[in-house]
Amino acid sequence: MIVIAVMADLWRGFRPYFIVLTPLVLSIMLINTFLYPGAQSALFNVGPFTATAEGLTAAAQAALRVVAFAASVGVFALSTRTDELVDDLEQRGLGRRASFVISAAIGTVPRMAERAREIVDAQRARGMDTEGGLRGRLRGLLPLAGPLVLGALTDVEQRTMALEARAFAAPGRRTVLREHPDSATQRALRWGLSLLAVALLVLAVGGWLAWLP
Amino acid sequence: MSLRLEGVGYRYAGSATDALIDVDLAIEPGEVVGVCGPNAGGKSTLCLVAGGLAPLTIGGQLRGRVSIDGSATAGAKQYEVAQRVGILFQEPQAQLSDSVPTVWEEVAFGPRNLSLPLDEVVARTWGALEALDIADLCERDPGRLSGGQAQLVALASVLALQPAYLVLDEPTSQLDPEGTRLVAEALARAAAVTGAGILVVEHKTDLLARLCARLAIVEAGRIVKQGTAVTMLGLPELDELGVSPPETVRLRRAVEATGGHWDPSWT
Repeated sequence: MIVIAVMADLWRGFRPYFIVLTPLVLSIMLINTFLYPGAQSALFNVGPFTATAEGLTAAAQAALRVVAFAASVGVFALSTRTDELVDDLEQRGLGRRASFVISAAIGTVPRMAERAREIVDAQRARGMDTEGGLRGRLRGLLPLAGPLVLGALTDVEQRTMALEARAFAAPGRRTVLREHPDSATQRALRWGLSLLAVALLVLAVGGWLAWLP
Repeated sequence: MSLRLEGVGYRYAGSATDALIDVDLAIEPGEVVGVCGPNAGGKSTLCLVAGGLAPLTIGGQLRGRVSIDGSATAGAKQYEVAQRVGILFQEPQAQLSDSVPTVWEEVAFGPRNLSLPLDEVVARTWGALEALDIADLCERDPGRLSGGQAQLVALASVLALQPAYLVLDEPTSQLDPEGTRLVAEALARAAAVTGAGILVVEHKTDLLARLCARLAIVEAGRIVKQGTAVTMLGLPELDELGVSPPETVRLRRAVEATGGHWDPSWT
């Protein structure tokens, strides 16, 4: 995954993922290495705690799983444009409603954030304290949530009518604007990695990977 | 050939009263008909009925007959009506799909829904953008437009379906003076370029005076008067209905109140 990220020049975009992952990986390493239940093979002591070989192995496994999961999410998020993904899914037969739900859900997040900022600004202009301590922030939450949710619900009705007025419910497959053909390498990788995943699953279920730590 | 409402009444689902009562109105191709009247008088309902959304999308009970060039909308599908009558609402951003990254794709949204060939989608999209002179916005994020620009994009999105008639429900009510000017110019251009028959509901009577040949006044769900825009906008009853007359009418009244003579050529 990291090799793919480097090849796709996504390395810089990974920084926030590392910042989030570092404390998580550190805690997994420390807890497993020093507190692994039933471990016998002591490596070294730090005060009253003993690092064990079994703990270190379990820690490395768990940490690698977390990093692999986060890195795959990261590569997907950093390398894939939503509109291109939805185009491609539509071309492969995804219905217009499903594709709209995906794109609209992603498109709505920044709009809701902007609306929330406007509501907070309006409340500040009327003297409400929306900053400061936890209590002050919690007090500001309810007057924010009310108009935000009600506003969104009101919007839904008009948005539904606007979509209907633009023939959203017409039958058939929507016109695809862009095609995103796979290169030979992409196709080979896509199939190869899928087959590899299936093969590993079969090997793991069949017990042929028991030699792995 | 017209968008015609004959003896139309409408009641919203779950409501005990009629929102429209016995409405007769016709919009001919190329004609701009204005509607004004007090708040909650039934103007927006009139738009929904004329645009087919009531009852096709929102339900409710329709009486009488709504027809487009002779074909009744009752029993039709909304996507069929949408290709004959385009409808534009008050709130600019709530009309955009929020699902595409550029204005160009927003305008192409309707033609794509119709599963048209790609070259026709492209031609219609550029045609609608150019008809409103907003082709320079094509790469912009629809969520980051001013109110006036967003309303123009919403209008272009409707024009891309190439409807023969347009129904506009207070298209400038949420806009500042600059946005209102932009939309007013675009509406005049759209009327000239597309030749569509237009029904426009507005409180801004200056805009109605500029755009409309005919005007209907709606109150309590009924059309209480209709006639030429010049006559209707000069009626003293307008003030009683909470509709402020256009500037020229107010000016004429002021001149006449001071005993002066009003020369119609001043308008």
